[in-house]
Amino acid sequence: MLSKRVIACLDVRDGKLAKSVRFVDTKDIGDPVEKARAYYEDGLDELVFYDITASSERRGILLDVVEAVAAEVFIPLSVGGGIATVADATDLRLAGAEKININSAAVRRPALIAECAEAIGSQNVVLSMDVRQAEPTARLPSGYEIVIDGGRQPMDLDALAWARRGERLGAGELVVNAIDADGTRAGYALKLTRLVSEAVRIPVIASGGAGEPAHLYDVLTEGKADAALVASMVHYGDYTVSSLKQYLHGRGVKVRMRW
Amino acid sequence: MVVIVDYDAGNLRSVHRACRKVGAAAEVSRDPSRLRRAERIIFPGVGAAGSAMRSLAEAGLDAALIDAFRAGTPILGICLGLQICLQRSEENDTETLGLVRGEVRRFRLQDPALKVPHMGWNAVRVRRPHPVLAGLEAGDECYFVHAYRPVPAEPAQVLAEATYEGPFCAALGHHNLIATQFHPEKSGRVGLDILSRFLAWDGRA
Repeated sequence: MLSKRVIACLDVRDGKLAKSVRFVDTKDIGDPVEKARAYYEDGLDELVFYDITASSERRGILLDVVEAVAAEVFIPLSVGGGIATVADATDLRLAGAEKININSAAVRRPALIAECAEAIGSQNVVLSMDVRQAEPTARLPSGYEIVIDGGRQPMDLDALAWARRGERLGAGELVVNAIDADGTRAGYALKLTRLVSEAVRIPVIASGGAGEPAHLYDVLTEGKADAALVASMVHYGDYTVSSLKQYLHGRGVKVRMRW
Repeated sequence: MVVIVDYDAGNLRSVHRACRKVGAAAEVSRDPSRLRRAERIIFPGVGAAGSAMRSLAEAGLDAALIDAFRAGTPILGICLGLQICLQRSEENDTETLGLVRGEVRRFRLQDPALKVPHMGWNAVRVRRPHPVLAGLEAGDECYFVHAYRPVPAEPAQVLAEATYEGPFCAALGHHNLIATQFHPEKSGRVGLDILSRFLAWDGRA
């Protein structure tokens, strides 16, 4: 059977590692290539780079980082942030990314999902959704709303409806990033993750809110996620990737234990 | 020279990088004469069987692969590269190279919670010792991304299995050909070890 995956997300700005708290107040915390290699050697299952570089002319730096990481790290590598065209996706693939994460641009123009799936294969297209809680309305029956542009722009689009549409358009995986939980270290949004997992038949990656090992256990069991994304927990040295996997293994979750 | 077959079937660069990591200079080529002269061949591939066979045929690479196989050149097939070595694939109802007798079938699973494609890390168990898989130990996992599974006609050609509802062939071997359904280039140390052993293999099982 497939193992549940532990995925580390590195936010990269101008080629450096950054970590946001609730999507504001980012600060640099080191060299992404070095971090990526350390996590890989410590049993990481998959790596995500999220580019939060503000200016498009600095995108070349990201390609260099991806290239440098791909030469050292032999697990699936996923890259996102600001991808708006098939050309962006194929550039990143050539630089060494396995999977491409698309987010705001897909909400603005859903056909992008289908175009990317056609160009690089569904299995390599990850639809990343930023979701926040909202008052349930006729347009937002689930009470979860899609927001874009780093959490700034609410779209009056229901998260479950968007997840299903993304799957139909050809997304191979979904990242559910709970804005309300992001950076809080208070735990993943379990109910949201479970609702999305039950709404689609593609793998779901839970993101936002991990602060202790039990949070990963909860989202991989109760939350029905296929993978748990971590950031602060491992970036600041509070936990190691291997200690998280050891913990999950100890509680009976099937994870890859040899690397 | 190690030649990686280039036929518009996915990301060859990751295979190229992994070769470099284990110390082999590989050449990416779509020239049939390079394939016929290669010391060893890596035949990767991601995508659909139908369009892959068309690309191979257009470039004359199908005949070159068959010639290299008959000449005893060690060949490593990966993912779609493995599937194309069998005789036929259900995907696009495609006739494939036929280096190994058998066919490729779509996963048909009873459990609705199991997703297709089978994507992620899964344990690979060796069924029959082979020099290229000699480093695999119990509990080692590899990275898979596929919706179809190989079914060789001769069970003895199944070198390793994984389980997704039921067991399926994760690696097969026939003379100087070895092929993996998983991606060694994305399977961490375990995958690099397989690649490294292939690069040292004399083609004899």
